[in-house]
Amino acid sequence: MSNNPLSVTSLVSIGAHPTSGRARRAQQDARAVELGLKLVGDQLKTLHAGDLSQGQGFEPALRSYLGMGLSDIELLAMPENADAALAIAQYFSEQAPDIILTGIQAERGESSGMMPYLLAEQLGWPMVSSIADILSVDKITMQAQVLQALPRGQRRLVKIDLPFIASVDMAAASPRQSAFGPATRGELTTSNTDNVEDLAASQWQTSPAKKRPKRLKIVKAKTAADRFKAATAKASGGGGKVVHGTEESAQAILALLIEEKLI
Amino acid sequence: MSELFRRDPRAQWIARNRLHPLHQAMDSGPIYGPSGLLRKNLHAIGFIGPNGLKRIDRSGASVDSGQGERRSSKAANAIVLPLHQVTQPAFYIMVVLDLVSGRLNGHDKDTLGLAQVLANRNQGGGAVVAVAFGELKDDSLDTAGVDRLIHLTGENYRGYNPEQRCSDIESLTLQLNPAHILLPDSIHGGGDLGRRLAVKLQQRPACGVWKLEDDNIVCRGSAGKSDITRPLSKLMLVLEECGEPISETRHQQQVIAPKQRGEIVNKIHDQGNTSVDPNAIPMAEAGFILSGGNGINDWPQFHHAASVLGATEGASRVAVDDGNMPRDRQVGATGTWVTAQVYIAVGISGAIQHMQGIGQCDKVVAINTDEGCDMVKRADLSAIGDSSEILARLVELVQNRRNSLERNDSLERNNSLEQGENHE
Repeated sequence: MSNNPLSVTSLVSIGAHPTSGRARRAQQDARAVELGLKLVGDQLKTLHAGDLSQGQGFEPALRSYLGMGLSDIELLAMPENADAALAIAQYFSEQAPDIILTGIQAERGESSGMMPYLLAEQLGWPMVSSIADILSVDKITMQAQVLQALPRGQRRLVKIDLPFIASVDMAAASPRQSAFGPATRGELTTSNTDNVEDLAASQWQTSPAKKRPKRLKIVKAKTAADRFKAATAKASGGGGKVVHGTEESAQAILALLIEEKLI
Repeated sequence: MSELFRRDPRAQWIARNRLHPLHQAMDSGPIYGPSGLLRKNLHAIGFIGPNGLKRIDRSGASVDSGQGERRSSKAANAIVLPLHQVTQPAFYIMVVLDLVSGRLNGHDKDTLGLAQVLANRNQGGGAVVAVAFGELKDDSLDTAGVDRLIHLTGENYRGYNPEQRCSDIESLTLQLNPAHILLPDSIHGGGDLGRRLAVKLQQRPACGVWKLEDDNIVCRGSAGKSDITRPLSKLMLVLEECGEPISETRHQQQVIAPKQRGEIVNKIHDQGNTSVDPNAIPMAEAGFILSGGNGINDWPQFHHAASVLGATEGASRVAVDDGNMPRDRQVGATGTWVTAQVYIAVGISGAIQHMQGIGQCDKVVAINTDEGCDMVKRADLSAIGDSSEILARLVELVQNRRNSLERNDSLERNNSLEQGENHE
C-alpha cells in the first residue's frame, strides 16, 4: 500500500452566478480542484454527476474545470432529479482513492451540503469539514494533517486517518484561472449509472428566494416615557469607564484584555 | 353600603384650591374624579427648577422628582417572569446548542425559540430538551426556553470531537425519541454535527430552515438563491432569526441524566488551534482590532504594539488618506464593517461613519486626549492621555506578563522533573 502513489479525486459541480444565475465554475469546487492539483498535480481525478444536455451553458461551465490543467473529467450521466449520492458512492466503491475533496455546498438545487457526509457514511470513511489546506499526507502511517478553517479567521490542526473525505472551505487557496484552450481540448468521459429518482424532492415547491424581513427591535417598555427613550436614545456604551493617567490606563486596558482572554 | 360613588364638593374644592390651609393634608391618597375615575395629581409631580419655574423630567434621570423615585423603585424589583411548566411531556423537541465559548448566542436563542413554537403548537404539551456539550457558563438557559437540559462534560469535549458528539446524540435520540431535532446551521459546529447526525439517523435533514408555515417549512436552497417549501422534517438545521427568542416566560431547566453512552473509535484527532498571522485575517471577521487614527504620531510604535498584542491592524479614514495605512485597512462606512470582540481605537475621535463601521463590536476601548469626543461616549473603557505613552506602557505590561507566565511554566516543568527524579 505504501508504494502506491497518493490518489486524490475532486468532485465538481456546476455553479451558478449569484446575480445572473448563469452556469459557472462552482467556487468551492474550484478550490477543491486547486487543492487537489497542489497535492498530486496532473494525477488528480475529477468526477461530475449530472446531465449536461438539459441546462444552458452547463458544458462550458464544466469544461472550465478542465481549463485549470486537467486532462479529463469523469462524467456520471443521470437525469436532473436523480439522487447523485448513491451513484457517486457506487462509483467510489469500485475504485477508491485516498482522498476525496468536495465543496461545502452546491450552488444549485437543494444545496444541503449533505454529499460528503453521505459518501463518508456509504464508504465508512472519516469526514472533515471546511478545510483550508492539507499540510501533509503520510502513506506509511496512513494519516494526514489538515488545516480546518474556523470562524474569525482561526485555523485548527486536525489529524485524520486515510482514506478520508474533506469539504473545502472558501478560506482555501483561490483557484487558478481557467484557460480556454485546455478547456476545449480536455475530455469528458461519460459513463451511465442506475438512476434512483429523488421522490421526496419532487414534491417540494421551489421559488426564487424571498428577501427575509428584517427583525424589528421590539421595545417592551411599559410607559410612554420608556418607549420614547428607546426610540430616540443615541447608541452608547452605557456608562463606559473613563480612566486618566498613563499607568492607570495601561493597567485598565490590560485587565480588559485578560478578561476577554486575548492575552 | 351603597356602591354609588358620592362626591364630596367641599373636599373637591379644597383639592382644587392650592391656597386652602387644608390643601396639603388633602394631598395624600388617590384622587377620584366626578365619575369615579382615578385622577393624576398634576401638582404633585415635577419639581421647582433653578429659575423658580416648575420642571417635569420625564426621562427619569432626575432623582428628586416623585416620578423618578417611583420608577427606580420599580426597576429595583427584578421582574419575575411567569414559569412555563411541563410536568409530563407529551413529546420532546431536542435542540443541540452551539455554545460558543460556553455561552448562548443569538443563533442558539432563535433555535430555542423555534423549538418552543414546535413544542406548543396544536395541542402543545411538548418539552424542549437542550443538549449542551462541554463548558456551560451561561446562567440564562431558563429564560431562553430550556425545559429540560442534558449536559455532557468531560475532557474530550473541550476540542473538536464530532464523532463522539454525534454518537452521544444518537443514543440520546433512542432514549428520548424526540419529535424533532433542531440544530443551528452555523459554522460554529452545528451545521457539521447536524449533517453527521442526519446520515447516522438515516433522516433527510432540512437545511437552512428560516420559516415555519403551519406544517411546512421554508428553506434556503441553491446557496441562498431559492426558497424550498417542504413538509416538516424530523431533523432541521435552522438559520439565524428562524424564530423569535423566548422573552416572556421562564422555563424549568430540569436536568436529565443521559443513559450510558458508548465510547467510539475516533478517526479524527484534534491537535489544537494554530497561531495565525493577525493581519492575514480578513478585517470583517477579525476578533481583536487595534485601530489608529489622526491622533497617532508614531506609526512604527503603533505597528509594534499591534504585533505584540496580536491584534489585527485597522485605521480611520484620516489615517488612510494621509498615507499612513493602506486603503484595505480602513474601518467604517466606506471601508470595512468590523465585528470584533475587542476594538481598540487609538487617537480616533469617532466620526459617525466610523461609528457605523464598529456598530457590531462587543467591547470598544478608546485611547484619546479629548474626553468629550464621540468615541469616548461609545467606548466601554476610555483612557484619556497621550496615546504613544499609553501604548508604550501597555506593550511593556503585556511583555512583562508574557515573560512571567513563561517563567512560571518553565519553573513548574523543572519542579515536576525534580520531583520525578526524587521519586526515582
